[in-house]
Amino acid sequence: MQLTGAEIVIRCLQEEGVDYVFGYPGGAVLNIYDELFKQDKVKHVLVRHEQGAVHAADGYSRSSQKVGVALVTSGPGVTNAVTGIATAYMDSIPLVMLTGQVPTHAIGQDAFQECDTVGITRPCVKHNFLVKDVNDLALTIKKAFYLATTGRPGPVLVDIPKDVTQAKAEFSYPKTVSLRSYNPVTRGHTGQIKKAVQLLLEAKRPMVYAGGGVVLNNAAPQLTRLVRLLGFPCTNTLMGLGGFPGTDPQFTGMLGMHGTYESNMAMQHCDVLLAVGARFDDRVIGDPANYLRTDRKIIHIDIDPSSISKRVKVDVPIVGYVGDVLDEMLKLIESSGQRPDAAALKSWWSEIKEWQRKDCLNYDRKSALIKPQFVIEKLYEITGGDAFVTSDVGQHQMWAAQYYKFDKPRRWINSGGLGTMGFGLPAAMGVQLVNPGATVACVTGEASIQMCIQELSTCKQYHLPIKIVNLNNRYMGMVRQWQQFFYGNRYAESYMDALPDFVKLAEAYGHTGVKVEKPGDVEGALKDAFKQKERLVFLDFITDQTENVFPMVPGGKGLTEMILAEEL
Amino acid sequence: MRHILSILVENEAGALSRISGLFSARGYNIESLTVAPTEDATMSRMTIVTVGSDDVIEQITKQLNKLVEVVKVIDLSDGNHIERELMLVKVRAAGKDRDEMKRLAEIFRGSILDVTDKSYTIELTGTGSKLDAFLQAIEPGVILETVRTGASGIGRGERILRI
Repeated sequence: MQLTGAEIVIRCLQEEGVDYVFGYPGGAVLNIYDELFKQDKVKHVLVRHEQGAVHAADGYSRSSQKVGVALVTSGPGVTNAVTGIATAYMDSIPLVMLTGQVPTHAIGQDAFQECDTVGITRPCVKHNFLVKDVNDLALTIKKAFYLATTGRPGPVLVDIPKDVTQAKAEFSYPKTVSLRSYNPVTRGHTGQIKKAVQLLLEAKRPMVYAGGGVVLNNAAPQLTRLVRLLGFPCTNTLMGLGGFPGTDPQFTGMLGMHGTYESNMAMQHCDVLLAVGARFDDRVIGDPANYLRTDRKIIHIDIDPSSISKRVKVDVPIVGYVGDVLDEMLKLIESSGQRPDAAALKSWWSEIKEWQRKDCLNYDRKSALIKPQFVIEKLYEITGGDAFVTSDVGQHQMWAAQYYKFDKPRRWINSGGLGTMGFGLPAAMGVQLVNPGATVACVTGEASIQMCIQELSTCKQYHLPIKIVNLNNRYMGMVRQWQQFFYGNRYAESYMDALPDFVKLAEAYGHTGVKVEKPGDVEGALKDAFKQKERLVFLDFITDQTENVFPMVPGGKGLTEMILAEEL
Repeated sequence: MRHILSILVENEAGALSRISGLFSARGYNIESLTVAPTEDATMSRMTIVTVGSDDVIEQITKQLNKLVEVVKVIDLSDGNHIERELMLVKVRAAGKDRDEMKRLAEIFRGSILDVTDKSYTIELTGTGSKLDAFLQAIEPGVILETVRTGASGIGRGERILRI
């Protein structure tokens, strides 16, 4: 049957089982919107800014394992979406971006709302396509879903000129697709896996360092089994939180720039390191030269060969899906009957426990001001540790990561790689839509929340009962912290004068707003808010302005060169 | 170290900019780049000459392989290979220079493609260093124009790059 390009787009989405598309209409995508209107299988969520559409699709994907889909118009629709696309790219989130383009005959003519979408997005997508012929449309969309979800996942963009959405072609949706130039290695090398297992069994001071790859590949059960079987300490990166249970006694807390003292010390002083789905980035190991000053063997499992030996040379590289590789490792260890040296492990653990006695996440619990850490601890208690928590970027993000103990993967949703302020609220919308009935909290700050505050309107339209936990310290807190430590207390442009009244703002959008100014009111306010299952509640916590995030590894320093709270 | 990377890539619009964009985005050097379709018109072969430590070359190779349109990448410098570059150079050829230029072109096994009463256009093929040597052998003042293709390369013997 002959269908128009616009009909083909919708049919493809239906075939892929897409239930929600996040988007914003405009001239170049009017035909597609008209077809969306005529059916009800694919539901559309109308955001208030294209950046919000992409973050919402992103949060939808991170919390559900599904592909997020966003639809925006040409020109400014695309340029507004770029921040969202780059955010997803840095964190390897599978998205399919559908973008309108001016008609093929107008491309290159500086037409109204024209931009070089494929050119602008090229460095921040896994791949992109410009469809010039309606006969290629269905296959291209199939390829986009295939590329987004296989190998190292990522956003894939399909740019569709308006005349292609009008033209007709025979429609058939391909069941499978293969590209001769795209064959990611997915199975780990057996010899390398054997070598890795041997190293692990011989380790005296082992450490497991797991990142976002474990979450993305749904390998948390395998990782947990392996770590428990071996009795090793385990740390997670910011992206990996929930990949190993946060309340497990073998969990030493997050590592890195704001990681725990014990995790960073164990990373530095271990003799065998197992890195799983992580990439040794600058916020994780600091200065690589410093990290390599102590000797250790490194095993690195990752789906992306280019992540291996990029910043730190490793001894046993294993390219493949981390879940499958961990499965094979488990089998080998179980069948070998061998276990690591118990005496050595015991003395390594006593060393770690000594580091843990520093109690590096302690803070002043008697303060007359609301401590942001206290709010997160209470949030954890009141939600039973089982909420989906999204965050923006800055101090509040670090406190949420440090004090909310994630036992399950895909519960902690944040922009780790790009560090995008404005991510939290729209991401929470996607999370809530794909997990109706679940508790969703957006931990944010008064600076970040204002970057996508317009999405409060979307939350109203779709009845999304998100709880916004605003840690309001009247500063861009992380900027202020760096200025205090490294710029002689010169707080250049990090103070926000003339903040809005967030309670009134929430009410103006049709939600409930609550201002909390005393530590004694924190628990009650949180309890009240989470009782309101049908409403969005904006909790504005007026927190201690001077609070800093500890421990801290200053930029470019070694992992063990931490500033601790007690030292200031 | 100088490396010659040979790349088989889908002959599609945008493939070249994906590859050159990768080099600029990650701060890698391109000394020269040549590209043209192969006997199979759906595929192009690209030769990139780049400079970097072993670690950098390893990353470049991995990053290139990650691009969806790249079919295969090899580092020709890893083994025996042949490298050739074509240069067209227009030189002043008047008076006493005229004979001298012709002789020099012959010594370098070049051929003269175009002649006027004041100039020669010489075609030279060889490794980059041979072409450099030719340019150094003549007086800078007599060179009117040069154009070079950049290196193309192929493995020796049974070393073959194809799908």
